[in-house]
Amino acid sequence: MTLAERLPKIFHPWPAVSGLLPTMSLNLNAHFTQLENFGHSLKAPAYRISIKTTEEIYEAFQLARKLELKVTARGTGISYNDASLNGGGIVLDMTGMDQIQEWDSASGLVRCEAGVTLEQLWQKVEPDGWWPPVVSGTMKTTLGGCLAANIHGKNNFQVGPIGEHVIEFTAITPTGALVTCSPKKNEDLFYSMISGLGMLGVFTSITLKMKRIHSGLISVDARPVPNLSRHLSDLCEDAPNYDYIVGWLDTFARGKSLGRGQIHAARNLKEGEDPHPQQTLQLAYQHLPDRLLGVMPKSVLHYFMNPFVNNLGWRGVNFAKYLTALRKHTFKQSHAEFHFLLDYVPDWERSFGRGGLIQYQSFVPKETAEAAWREILLLSQRRKLPSYLGVTKRHRPDDFLLTHGVDGFSLAMDFKVTDRNRKPLSAMLQEFDKIILAAGGRFYFAKNSETSAETAQRFLGYETITKFKRLKQRCDPDNLLESDLYRRLFK
Amino acid sequence: MSDTVPAGVSPKPVPATPLNPRRRGLIIGASDGLGAELAGKLAKEGISLALLARRKEKLDALCTEINSTVNERRALAYVHDVSEYDKVPALLRTIVADLGGLDLVIFVAGVNYPPGGIDKYNFENDRRMIEVNLIGAMAWLHPIAEMFQAAKMGQIVGIASVAGDRGRVGNPGYNTSKAGLATYLESLRNRLTRHGVHVLTVKPGFLKTEMLKAAQGPTPFAIEPSKAADDILKAMQKRKQVIYTASIWRWIMLAIQHTPSIIFRRLSF
Repeated sequence: MTLAERLPKIFHPWPAVSGLLPTMSLNLNAHFTQLENFGHSLKAPAYRISIKTTEEIYEAFQLARKLELKVTARGTGISYNDASLNGGGIVLDMTGMDQIQEWDSASGLVRCEAGVTLEQLWQKVEPDGWWPPVVSGTMKTTLGGCLAANIHGKNNFQVGPIGEHVIEFTAITPTGALVTCSPKKNEDLFYSMISGLGMLGVFTSITLKMKRIHSGLISVDARPVPNLSRHLSDLCEDAPNYDYIVGWLDTFARGKSLGRGQIHAARNLKEGEDPHPQQTLQLAYQHLPDRLLGVMPKSVLHYFMNPFVNNLGWRGVNFAKYLTALRKHTFKQSHAEFHFLLDYVPDWERSFGRGGLIQYQSFVPKETAEAAWREILLLSQRRKLPSYLGVTKRHRPDDFLLTHGVDGFSLAMDFKVTDRNRKPLSAMLQEFDKIILAAGGRFYFAKNSETSAETAQRFLGYETITKFKRLKQRCDPDNLLESDLYRRLFK
Repeated sequence: MSDTVPAGVSPKPVPATPLNPRRRGLIIGASDGLGAELAGKLAKEGISLALLARRKEKLDALCTEINSTVNERRALAYVHDVSEYDKVPALLRTIVADLGGLDLVIFVAGVNYPPGGIDKYNFENDRRMIEVNLIGAMAWLHPIAEMFQAAKMGQIVGIASVAGDRGRVGNPGYNTSKAGLATYLESLRNRLTRHGVHVLTVKPGFLKTEMLKAAQGPTPFAIEPSKAADDILKAMQKRKQVIYTASIWRWIMLAIQHTPSIIFRRLSF
């Protein structure tokens, strides 16, 4: 009898399978592990258990219940905040559940275990002429994490978040039920587990629909925008004509140039546009070079970047970047190069030094975005706490429970953390939150690390939070699933 | 665990974030003297603390004092007798979960029952001293060493004593417990340094605490526990291996350790 046959379908306790696996006799002390967020700015040691099968997740739940510990699933730990941290609790290392279970190159449907990364996924489907419908700026993320945060890509305004491309998923809840959800089946769980931050259950298997591509190349139009107003109006007006759009914002520019930057708008090539699709679709063609100019290994590049990652150095870098951005041009680029900018310099986040970095990303409706961002950009310049990188995108709302979608834009800002700037930066980000909330904005749970429970309640609304807690009560009545993020925002 | 939260202080510990990071510390034997001093000073540095002691009232009072000073719930109280070894694993797990991790452990717990004369023997007292001062430390530091070794981080501080440097006539049981503790800590250091874990042995001389009242005879160079706590914090920061406090004891003990036995066994201290 397979596991699936042995299990009642929904919300009945599993038959006891204790003793089947070594998990129950684990010496947890030897599994104590220092875990970090992506920016190396937050550390939370926890007992890490490697997971290979669904049964092991169930066993881990049992173990946690017995020892009165909390559980969080973690993929590659790429989120900027505490979403996959669970200090002093059990962290399920899901990266061992990394099998692509089924791939049908005729229909573009792929079924994967939750620990499969976007890297594995695109490398599997791309040679057959498909591409994941939504990808993050790094390919290191796992699908389980992508669904839990309901990630978006540079095409959010066209195709929504990744959840809209999930045909079906299976998850195990702490009650011991293995639930299968799709937009038609258990739809309340479908729309809440996706975006649910892993607090309702742990994804085990995910079926996604890939997107057809006719070339390994993507055509990118690059053009400068001289100020914030043009930046946003161009994002808004250009978006419908492209598949992807993303802006770089020079956070150091002042006065009339405030909000200047560069827009990259890209479209997939149509059938026939690429004379040699067989060649460009090959994996070798998509490979990110691991040496700079063919000489310097990029793995050491972050050491050389470190001296520039300070207010003065980065002002220079932003200025130089804007000068090069002034040239309006069109070019072709591989999909991997276009999408996975964050992987271009390996370990780049290390260049931010010992204190690491955090990201502040706000999602603001298109009517209020300009005023709100003008205010936060000016505030950050006045306080002399500049962000080192600003990235803008175009978004639309979606139907998922803990959504960050708005009909508007997002601005992501990276801040370096040092012992000296922690306090003033924290105070400034609280003011940012007030400005964004007043503008009707939202925040994204894979990014912001300083959002308070009050702020989350204000933008999600009482009704949404009550609904989320009701679902949590149903899937996880003992509150077994808790991350540091959950404790920060929902307890 | 006793929940003592002064008015106006949020009942849950403040969440750690990149801009409000928290180290987490555990002090075993925190209700008064050196333990209480260390607790107060570490809390002021922003470290979340689990405080363990036998006496609930004293412990609760200390937690309330610390929490109202820093105006948040930074110190948590756990009533525990270190000779209840069987309770350690579960209690340790609870503490680590409550703190949200563990970076730093200080073992302060210790008792001193002098036999009452250089020709008196008292097995019950000696046994109790070994049970608390030595086996209690091993019961706690074993699992903690295992965790820190696995995580490749952490700091362990053990409070031994100058009394462990030489077996003297006055209190064989106490001397033995502290000598054992110092050797145990050295072993831990030799095991753990290669895994990035720092182990500090502290050898205080006389401290003006409850324990001083038990001492017979003169108590030269006695210092306030607050001064000793400062020395310990400094040594932790500098990642020292062994310190004496007050520092003059290093030289005194050097002389005592090198006194030939033929003389030493004729002395009456």
